[in-house]
Amino acid sequence: MISFTLNGKETQIDASPDMPLLWALRDELKMTGTKFGCGVAACGACTVHIDGVPTRSCQTYLGDLDGATVTTIEGVESDAAKAIQEAWVELQVPQCGYCQSGQIMSASALLAETPKPTDEDIDTAMDGNLCRCASYARIRKAIHRAAEIMEA
Amino acid sequence: MRLIDKRDLMPATRAMTTTRRGFLTMSAGAAGGLLLGAAVPVRGLAQSGAQGEVLVTPFVHVMPDNTVLVLSKHLDMGQGTASGLATLVAEELDASMDQVTTDFAPSNPEVYANTAFGVQGTGGSTAMPNSWEQYRKAGATVRAMLVNAAASEWGVDASEIGVAEGKLSAGENSATFGELASLAASQQPPEDVALKAPGDWVYIGKSFARVDVPQKTQGSVGMFGIDRQPEDGLVAVTARPPRFGATLASVDATDAKEMDGVLDVLEIPQGVVVVAETTWKAMQARDALTLEWTEGSGETRGTDALMQEFRALLDQPGNPAEPKGDAAAKLEQADKIIEADYVFPYLAHAPMEPLDMTVLFDGSSAQFWGGSQLQTVDHGTAASVLGLEMGQVQIHTKWGGGSFGRRATGDAHLVAEAATIGKAWLDAGHDARPIKLVYTREDDIKGGYYRPLTMHRVRAGLDADGNISGWEHRIVSQSIAKGTPFEQYMVKNGVDDTTIEGIHPTPYAIPDLSVDVHHPDVGVPVLWWRSVGHTHTAYVMETMMDELAEAAGRDPVEFRLSYLGEDARLAGVLKLAVEKAGEAGPEGTYRGIAVHKSFGSYVAEVADVRLREDGTIKVEKVTCGVDCGVPINPDNVVAQVEGALGYGLSSILREQVTLTDGEVDQFNFPDYMPLRISDMPQVEVHIVPSTEAPTGIGEPGTPPIGPAVANAVYKATGERVRSLPMSQHGLA
Repeated sequence: MISFTLNGKETQIDASPDMPLLWALRDELKMTGTKFGCGVAACGACTVHIDGVPTRSCQTYLGDLDGATVTTIEGVESDAAKAIQEAWVELQVPQCGYCQSGQIMSASALLAETPKPTDEDIDTAMDGNLCRCASYARIRKAIHRAAEIMEA
Repeated sequence: MRLIDKRDLMPATRAMTTTRRGFLTMSAGAAGGLLLGAAVPVRGLAQSGAQGEVLVTPFVHVMPDNTVLVLSKHLDMGQGTASGLATLVAEELDASMDQVTTDFAPSNPEVYANTAFGVQGTGGSTAMPNSWEQYRKAGATVRAMLVNAAASEWGVDASEIGVAEGKLSAGENSATFGELASLAASQQPPEDVALKAPGDWVYIGKSFARVDVPQKTQGSVGMFGIDRQPEDGLVAVTARPPRFGATLASVDATDAKEMDGVLDVLEIPQGVVVVAETTWKAMQARDALTLEWTEGSGETRGTDALMQEFRALLDQPGNPAEPKGDAAAKLEQADKIIEADYVFPYLAHAPMEPLDMTVLFDGSSAQFWGGSQLQTVDHGTAASVLGLEMGQVQIHTKWGGGSFGRRATGDAHLVAEAATIGKAWLDAGHDARPIKLVYTREDDIKGGYYRPLTMHRVRAGLDADGNISGWEHRIVSQSIAKGTPFEQYMVKNGVDDTTIEGIHPTPYAIPDLSVDVHHPDVGVPVLWWRSVGHTHTAYVMETMMDELAEAAGRDPVEFRLSYLGEDARLAGVLKLAVEKAGEAGPEGTYRGIAVHKSFGSYVAEVADVRLREDGTIKVEKVTCGVDCGVPINPDNVVAQVEGALGYGLSSILREQVTLTDGEVDQFNFPDYMPLRISDMPQVEVHIVPSTEAPTGIGEPGTPPIGPAVANAVYKATGERVRSLPMSQHGLA
């Protein structure tokens, strides 16, 4: 039995310690906001926060999570995340939207750490999150916009 | 995929020969509101008979809670079509945008056919063009029925009733759509309706928020097929052969079957299928299979061998497309001749949502859930595989997590495989349960249906005055349409239109142009990939035009314009993009331009490219001029052009699928490398104001970016990049 805090709730899961968190979320807990994109930590679609750090859940194993705090797109509600989501709607970032859970998790972690990110900060923080629709130009603008929202 | 102006593709599939009925009856008791027949015969009503059941308008429902539901006949895979269709309806209905929601229409080609295809399907950037009148009329029809209902309720003349923002009013009287829905349901739909003049548009032409965006910032819960998890649902993954067309020799599934959560292992023609309780368990069990494939069966050539064969074909005359003038004679007389060969690799679409399709087959009926892009072909194929009538099968379209053409296959292979699994599951003695067939990313990258490997050879001449004097063009590429239901319409005299589009025809007034093609047979399945033939034809045409302009000592913009005299719209976007780009790009950048017409739309792109110290390039800025007729939602037009040029840029930088002895070398995003945010340029999109009927915008932004960047690279390095991706040349 593995215990961790998931979106603010104590969660216990009876599953193999080598099960990736992604599949624990999607298969066992039926939380599908976190997406499967590649399974090898190369696309960022499965990004969640573990103890506040953006992490690829497809390469994070349940056995390493005992006592950790996990936040997914369903539960993210920091000021940074709210500003990011607001800016995402304002600037109409998503196209197909499949990668956007991961984008928002990475961007909100960036903003929590770096309230006024430069373009270079954004490239560094967001380069692991693929978007085949290439919504990148809007992602960049929306992160800057979210920084303004945070400041206001 | 491509626009085809044919209404009768249906005979090519089972869909054409089967009776289609029973799709349109909906329960008014359940919906409880106004169900309108704008374009549908009243047959369903008579058939249903039961009290409270009404024939539904295919496109618009008005609910008693005042919601206006617009049914999208098209897949929305990110291009914003559902929102665009909702706008067309809201405009003519005079609804408030806040009251409009969307859902996907059921599969029924009689009602929901793409009028450009004759079957239900999305592609060729046709969604808005083919719906432009249809959805506006649907909105106007509902409006007229609401007005007539209000007129009879209030005892006033219809002409006295005003409609705005979802409310009807006349003097003291007013009502919401919802309040009048029930009464309006009994009104006879008008036979014809007038549409607004462009000057009266409230929504069309103005940027507005898409219906799907809020949900897509909160996890997209319930939107994508891959996220469906019905109560008793199962997951299937298939072990497919390492070579296209290879066959199974033996399988040992002992270990896999013993694994926790694995319900069965099924052999089907497509491979060996693990059916498990969850995705993770299915994937693990697939890894535990011991598989042997018949050695040497299937496609065994590698990319090098294929390229050698393609190169040899470049020396042989191919099947000619209809020539213009006499290119050979003009080349004889030419002052200068430029000859060049080009190589374009296989490309995967790699949509972010890996392919998936859920089947529920109980022996006498079947349902499917997923991002179906050619519903009629999927529907007919499923019925055929399962031995059912069309009426016994339904396709439930889900939002597509990207597609770029990948979910529109002429052989409906995904649905066919899901159907086969559903049947094999039942045949194995199990009870019917929903089974979701899921691709991993490796299945996707290695799974074929690529943009074809393509070679071009051009011989273009210049006369002493610097004008084009003869242009011979040969293309070697697998045919996309061959062997599909689309072949009879897309392949003429042995020439697949999707191979030559963009070169033949070309909007450039080149008087002497001959194009011929070879379509070699290769066992690698190929498919339309966002903008299809234009992905390579525009690259060749626009880099060659640049090369010719330079050889002629002429300005590349002036040179192009001199051949665009008869195409004011293409000339217009070129001038617009060049003007908006200004004198020069960001400091230290080199500039390249390209202009191309595809899918009825005109796009010019000016790329400002930096050469880094390590020899790689960074596209810093792209300035676009776009003419797509009426821009229904300008902000979405901008988004599509941003995304389309990003998709094209992605492909020219690092994307390629290669084969060794018939096996695909790449496996996942670490070695099939798409564009990342650090590669993305700043993009400016300038839209030409227009009242022409809207043309496509999902694809036309893709073709010009490759040649625009290549032309800038030439300025930076002096090298013409004639084989892609650019990473092969150390440029990315």
